[in-house]
Amino acid sequence: MNRPPVRLGASLLLVVLLWLVAYPLVLVLLEGVRGPSGWTLAYIREFLARPTEWEALWGSLWISVVSVGLAGAIGIPLAFLFARYDLPGGRVLGGLVALPAVLPPLVGVLAFLFLYGETGFVSLLVQRVLGLTDPPWRLQGAGAILLVHAYSMYVYFYLFVRAALQSFDGSLLEAAASLGAGRWRTLRLVILPQLRPALGGAALLTFMTSLASFSAPYIFGGGFRVMPTQIVATRLNGDDGLAMVETLSLTLLALIALWIFRSGVRAAGEATGRKGAAPARVPVRHPAARLAVAVAGWGLATVLLLPHLTLLLVSLVPVGTWTIEPLPPAYTLRNYLTLLQDPVRAKPLANSLWLATAATGAAVAIALASAVTSARRSGREARAIETLLALPWAVPGTVFAIALATAFSVHAPWVGRVILVGTIWILPLAYLVRNLPITSRAILAGVRALDPSLDEAAATLGAGRTRTLRRITLPLLRPALLAGASLAFVTALGDFVTSIMLYTYDTRPISLEILSSLRQADVGVAAAYGVVLMLVSAAVFAVGADRGSGG
Amino acid sequence: MSGFLELEGLVKRFDGVLAVDQVSLAMERGELLALLGPSGSGKTTTLRLLAGFDTPDQGRVVVAGEDVTAVAPVSRRFGMVFQHYALFPHLDVRANVAFGLESLGVHGPELDRRIERALTLVDLAGFGPRHIAQLSGGQQQRVALARALAPEPRVLLLDEPLSNLDPTLRERTRREIREVIHRVGITTMLVTHEQDEAFELGDRVAVMRGGHLEQVGTPDELYGAPANAFVAGFVGRSSTAPITVLGPSARGVRIRFEGVEWDVDAAAGTPIPPAGPAVMLVRPEALRLTPPDSAAIPATITARRFVGPSAVFTARTDGGSVLEVIAPPQSVPAGARVGLMPSRRVGGGIHLFPQDGA
Repeated sequence: MNRPPVRLGASLLLVVLLWLVAYPLVLVLLEGVRGPSGWTLAYIREFLARPTEWEALWGSLWISVVSVGLAGAIGIPLAFLFARYDLPGGRVLGGLVALPAVLPPLVGVLAFLFLYGETGFVSLLVQRVLGLTDPPWRLQGAGAILLVHAYSMYVYFYLFVRAALQSFDGSLLEAAASLGAGRWRTLRLVILPQLRPALGGAALLTFMTSLASFSAPYIFGGGFRVMPTQIVATRLNGDDGLAMVETLSLTLLALIALWIFRSGVRAAGEATGRKGAAPARVPVRHPAARLAVAVAGWGLATVLLLPHLTLLLVSLVPVGTWTIEPLPPAYTLRNYLTLLQDPVRAKPLANSLWLATAATGAAVAIALASAVTSARRSGREARAIETLLALPWAVPGTVFAIALATAFSVHAPWVGRVILVGTIWILPLAYLVRNLPITSRAILAGVRALDPSLDEAAATLGAGRTRTLRRITLPLLRPALLAGASLAFVTALGDFVTSIMLYTYDTRPISLEILSSLRQADVGVAAAYGVVLMLVSAAVFAVGADRGSGG
Repeated sequence: MSGFLELEGLVKRFDGVLAVDQVSLAMERGELLALLGPSGSGKTTTLRLLAGFDTPDQGRVVVAGEDVTAVAPVSRRFGMVFQHYALFPHLDVRANVAFGLESLGVHGPELDRRIERALTLVDLAGFGPRHIAQLSGGQQQRVALARALAPEPRVLLLDEPLSNLDPTLRERTRREIREVIHRVGITTMLVTHEQDEAFELGDRVAVMRGGHLEQVGTPDELYGAPANAFVAGFVGRSSTAPITVLGPSARGVRIRFEGVEWDVDAAAGTPIPPAGPAVMLVRPEALRLTPPDSAAIPATITARRFVGPSAVFTARTDGGSVLEVIAPPQSVPAGARVGLMPSRRVGGGIHLFPQDGA
């Protein structure tokens, strides 16, 4: 059965993953308790003694909890609305509602700045209408962070719950009705328990994303402290030991949260295998109701699309022409031309594309190798590989950036450390590690869904491992590979949090160029970059989803 | 023991649990053997050991004198039809059938010819360009058979080949499979839990239970002379009742059943238990209904079920045993008082086993 090569491959993978994923984290742990002259608890003591550290940790925690609440409050009703009711234009609207997903974090923040910032589109409008002398609000602090989080993360709840509702067995509702259960009883006793895995999954994802969120606090935070920005600030101060302890505290918080969610969802029990058709959508018949729903729906869609539209608008504004008018006085494509023609400006675009491509390719290769060698095996090695693949997901991006920066800033090949910081290799490596969970989740699921007897059939027909992989496994995995790759690519393309800590001038990615354009008040170019990121993300998602479902 | 395909003392444990325990079998070239047993009896594991998907802890698999125990499935040249067919869903019928031939390096006109031959064999000539999803269950089954046979394997393995088909389709497909296998003349092992399937397809049938081989024989041997109560009960319809063996008699064995003494035929090959308490296993055709009298066991008819032109009557004896009797449908109404006697026209059909049932 070709066992020895497979086992060797699995061991090799395990070593690579340990080196890339676990080892840097262990080094962070060690650096946190090691000073210039041996072991020390000084950094931990310093951390514990500073009120600002506790403030940042607490800020991260409560922002994440409230983000989950807000995102759920928006996403869950929307999911019910679009899954249960047949609205006029419902299909288009249902798709539009998911569009915040195509905005990478920094681009979303940028759009909110253009919209609701002090000189933002909406702010100026309100100021005009009300005849105020000052902007009506300041987009800063916890409120601003929560606004961005709610906007960008309700999509998790929306997509998870909608998918669960669509795969819901309609006969359960009929059974409940035939047993005399009313609407609320059915919701409480039949629908909600079935939705629990979806709700738990979305809540966990929202929580972890908020906890790791960097762009919104970095741009809007002002004096408000959260741990990811605190770590970066400490690091920039050169206070490395303390940064390590901060990193550890954030990791610990993430792991505790993960553990609590996991045990909560497990207590809910696995959803039973579902059969049967989803309940038919309820048509909205009354003309007045239809009108109201249509107006509300399209109104909502407009609000959700405002950030995208604003980015597009701002990207068409020539430098320095739009100051106090509610709408720009002049339009141009010059910003896009600059981006393509100016070699200095075009570089980040090319950088991001190659970095994301390389990282995605490597992540897919590792995930595929892991899936093929370990997906159907039980045993310690397979479990270890899967845990290592999933680990970077549980650990905030800032933490991994610090960990990789720590591990690969020393030349000590005999302990697996080489200097990569400052070279062009550190960013693709960081993207790769961060991409492992998404790609491997998609690909592992794809491999698990394959009937194992297909491999056996190929073997009885005399096909070796390579031919089976090429002719049977890979073609059948194409949807999973595309799904995993497109998610990874989009994440890497828009990455900000890892990049800001690890980039070099030669590898500066789009997100950092956006930041520097913004600092130079060159908002048109920043917006143009944002539009490009948004369009590429949307296109990649569309390809992934289309090929993924079309097979 | 010698034959074309030999399984010698195969043992397989999964996590310490014995799945296959000392299974030895020999098959002639061209023979079709059905491995019959309830789920969990180790029959599928045996098949997988044969295919090479699992490696036995002990024992050998020998084909035409060659020990293939350590040979990878890729190199065994055993064809297999999987329970769910395992057709490659992204390839059309032609490419599925071509797959094994291409492994052998067959190409060009020879490839076309052999694909067409394989498809013709299963009556699917011209189906080459069809997509797998466009085929009915029965057609998929036949494509799987064509795909397995196309590379002309040494041995054909069938894992529950009919379990995925509608009952109405099963009988027809069973005949078709039998015909194809006999036409090709390939040595075949079939795994099934359906006795009908095993008996109709198998030249010989091997009954398994709990990882053990209980008995191997032709359908006639298994039915007429089951080696033990399990085989007797698993093969064909039967009822059981506690009896006492009194000893040998002129016609066979003298037993006492609920106070009445019967002479029963000792079926050839089945050992007769020693005098004392024992279990009687009765085929429905081995009993007949009589008016109640002193030589018969008094019983009441509790149910009647039509089976073809006859009916199976369920009779509850006054002693509390429940026995099935086959008789013309109009013999007696439900609720009638009857007597039970051994049928005169059938020799055997009553098997005696020691009380522990082993």
